[in-house]
Amino acid sequence: MSPGELLRRLGALLRRRGEDADMDAELEAHLDLSEADHRRQGMTAAAARRRALVALGGLEQAREGQRAARGFPWLGAALRDAAYALRGLRREPGFALAAVLTLALAIGANVAVFSVVDAILLRPLPFPQPQRLLWMAPKPSPCSLSCETYTADAYEEFVAQNRSFTSVAGYSPFTSAENLRLTGRGEPQPVTGVGVTVNFFQSLGVSPVLGRQFEARDAATGAAPVALISYAYWRRQLNANPAVVGRALDINGAPLTVVGVLPANFDFGAVFWPGVNVQMFVPLVLDDIRNQGNTLLLLGRLRDGVTLAQAQAESDSILPRLYFRSTIPASYGFYRRRLMRLETLKEYVSGRLRRSLILLWCAVGAILLIACVNLANLMLARTAARRKEFALRAALGASRARLFRQWLTESAVLAAAGAAAGLGLAAAMVAFLARRGSLALPLLGEVRLDGGAVFWTLAVAAAAMLLFGVAPALKAASVDPQPALQEAGPSFSDGPSHQRLRSTLVIAEVAMAAMLLVAAGLLLRSFLRVLDLDLGFVPSHAAAIKVDYDTNADGAHRYAFFEQMIERVQAVPGIEAAGVADYLPLGRNRSWGPVGVKGVQYRPGQLPSPFVYMVTPGYFRAMGMRLRGRDFAWSDGANSPPVIVLNYTAAHALWPNDDGIGRIATINGVDRRLIGVLDDVRAANVEGQAGWQVYFSLAQEGPNGAQLVVRSHLPPEALALEVMAALRTVNPNQPAAALRPVAAIVDAAESPRRFFALLVAAFAVFGIALAGLGIYGVIAYGVTRRRQEIAIRMALGASRARVQLGVMAGALRLALVGLVLGTVASLLMARALAALLFGIAPGDPATFAAMVALLVAAAAVAAYLPARRAARIPPMAALRGD
Amino acid sequence: MAASKLDLLQGTLDLMVLQTLAALGPLHGYGIARRIEQVSGDRILLNQGTIYAALVRLRQRGWIAAAWGTSEHNRRARFYSLTRSGRRQLARDASYWQRLAAAVGRVLALPHQEDGA
Repeated sequence: MSPGELLRRLGALLRRRGEDADMDAELEAHLDLSEADHRRQGMTAAAARRRALVALGGLEQAREGQRAARGFPWLGAALRDAAYALRGLRREPGFALAAVLTLALAIGANVAVFSVVDAILLRPLPFPQPQRLLWMAPKPSPCSLSCETYTADAYEEFVAQNRSFTSVAGYSPFTSAENLRLTGRGEPQPVTGVGVTVNFFQSLGVSPVLGRQFEARDAATGAAPVALISYAYWRRQLNANPAVVGRALDINGAPLTVVGVLPANFDFGAVFWPGVNVQMFVPLVLDDIRNQGNTLLLLGRLRDGVTLAQAQAESDSILPRLYFRSTIPASYGFYRRRLMRLETLKEYVSGRLRRSLILLWCAVGAILLIACVNLANLMLARTAARRKEFALRAALGASRARLFRQWLTESAVLAAAGAAAGLGLAAAMVAFLARRGSLALPLLGEVRLDGGAVFWTLAVAAAAMLLFGVAPALKAASVDPQPALQEAGPSFSDGPSHQRLRSTLVIAEVAMAAMLLVAAGLLLRSFLRVLDLDLGFVPSHAAAIKVDYDTNADGAHRYAFFEQMIERVQAVPGIEAAGVADYLPLGRNRSWGPVGVKGVQYRPGQLPSPFVYMVTPGYFRAMGMRLRGRDFAWSDGANSPPVIVLNYTAAHALWPNDDGIGRIATINGVDRRLIGVLDDVRAANVEGQAGWQVYFSLAQEGPNGAQLVVRSHLPPEALALEVMAALRTVNPNQPAAALRPVAAIVDAAESPRRFFALLVAAFAVFGIALAGLGIYGVIAYGVTRRRQEIAIRMALGASRARVQLGVMAGALRLALVGLVLGTVASLLMARALAALLFGIAPGDPATFAAMVALLVAAAAVAAYLPARRAARIPPMAALRGD
Repeated sequence: MAASKLDLLQGTLDLMVLQTLAALGPLHGYGIARRIEQVSGDRILLNQGTIYAALVRLRQRGWIAAAWGTSEHNRRARFYSLTRSGRRQLARDASYWQRLAAAVGRVLALPHQEDGA
């Protein structure tokens, strides 16, 4: 179609009335001319007029022919069909509302889940050429972070020797949130900061929007301390002041110059530290951390033309040749058994979640299918009820294609309304999700409704329309006019094939609902199992707060400080126990070299690296940990004999025959007496096995931060003020910090599993509700259809109870067939889900039994009303022939 | 062959309208219809009313233009005339039909194969 034609057609569309007037005038002129010609041949005026009309072939046909060729003919027909469909729907508001609501929920859920899957799995990371970014760490192991990091020496050596990467960068993960203090502006404010190599942002391809990148001179020993700040921090805390570059901030009492502001779309936490908001980045001075052991998590950008396999091969050859510390010759080959397993950064960030997300996607797709099946059944019922109308239209000349198109338009109108409402629902759900900072899922902040989501909405709506619209439309179009028009009463005799189709659809619905229920049941039970796990400590009634201390004080002064602090805090009414540790369970962790029995020689790698904690007396009690032997005492000071507490796994491994209390262990070359054995604490994550754990007295080993834990039956809000006051009496510079319940830490650790379980459960509830509605629809319709038959039965003596039971039995039969199919499908599906489960088998009988019970109950409830209605049919109806 | 019989019919009718206007100059709808009837009988034009759908089509494609004027009996009527692009289209269509007719004629003129030997 040329542009000129398009314009002309558009003009005709807009000028409809004018065109009609022109057309009438033209046809009138035609008839006049024709009449005049015929009169010239000798006919009378009347005869001439008639002959003219006959020659024209009918005025109305000529008009219709013109109208059909004008403008956009198909558009006119479509608009007329849509208007007709809307009229029909307005006559049945209940049906229309139910249909649009069901569709809105199903489509909305689908679009929301798609947005989540898109953000976490499908969309590439928001860096330039993200597929070239690789995560460089060994396979995850029980010793967690400390076995995935590398020393500064190893890092530099790798950079020097490799040829696969244009740049290798790293950051230090051994910090906790809110590890820095912004001082000098009233009350000290907590800031979360991470140390990164100077080429970190360059490697990622992130450029500051203000100021400059880190440069090599920023990491030189003795360089002026500088920082890059996040966009959000700049906006909120520094009021988006454009003169921020070059300003000095007081961090931990020392000035730190801001050299730049990072772009708004860069979110460190989204990729590397889910659930945490990182506000500041400082360059790592490698000389300072050379002696701190494994401190760097590495990532790199592949050189152009180098494949992952090539980089992997090169890395496998370089790693065994690296030194842990170049000044320690014996540390050559330290990483021999810790080879890197290279994977793309995206895979590292979201690969773990792939299964759960796919499960979620399938569950929401099942919901859509069930909703469409329900709607298809409802539409089929309406088709049957309106057969006369369609028969009339067919008799008047409507072609099959026309009838089909008309009925499909009704489905399209419903689908469009459902899609619009669903998009709104999805927007609300996505907005809610993106703001859930406490949900520790990566890239959650990237979830949004974008063009892809809108496109997906249209696709889902179109698919839904096809699913629930085509079958009824085919039935409507294939109606045979004569028998339909000859029917006396309401047209319900649509034949057994119709009822069979609807029953089959309902059976499919029940099967899918069964699968959803099993999935939800298994996930929920896994989650409950996880909740039931013995964490080794009691999170309830415990709260933690980050406390400041003088990092430069020596062991004795430090200990005295903490002793005083804990004494003051314990004096607060309501506090039952208080203690300090430098790392809390389920947060960040840190490992050292292995602990062994004094005097025993161990092969390298024979002993696992333990998690290491520095604690004060009272910590174990405050956390509700169970201890055999004795706790640290304030008398175990810096100058007392070195003591140590081990967890059960470690103590039992070293001394299998007794509890080990009183024995001497050696760690880091220092002999220490074992004074207590702690029941295992789940330190790395809730679901994994506890590794080895070693606890030192804070007096005898320097901590890496300090968290005060208090146990009290009062809620943290009631205690916060008094605890802060107590802290401030010992340290007036104690910055404002939140007293957070320990339970919140545990919740955050379990939040992904809970999130998925609850979502799938919500879908399952929706699914079973829809399936119940479907059964209700089919049974109710069947009762209406067989009204006469039932009336005859009752007239012949069947009791009400029998009729009721008969109807319920019909419903249960449907449900049972669906259940059998659903159970088989669920067993197969459960096996695929096995990786997501915890503590229960995929074929868990209790879950399957519950599913069967729920569905049977739903079928019974659904059939109850129609059954009662059936029992109330008066036998006289048989004689009346209603 | 044409996509459908309807398309073939429409195409032929359109061609005849263009040809009529080229031969007779600007003409109203009735005149065009009468001319086509005379030339081809009822084979192309089922009834005079169908001409108006064709005229709308041709006008929307920009091959003919319409203007109100007075007919020979002082009656107000809408006159159609060929546009420049219409003339080009007519030439294209005409040559196409002539080539087609010649080719079909050649095919049909081939001697029949004798059955049996």
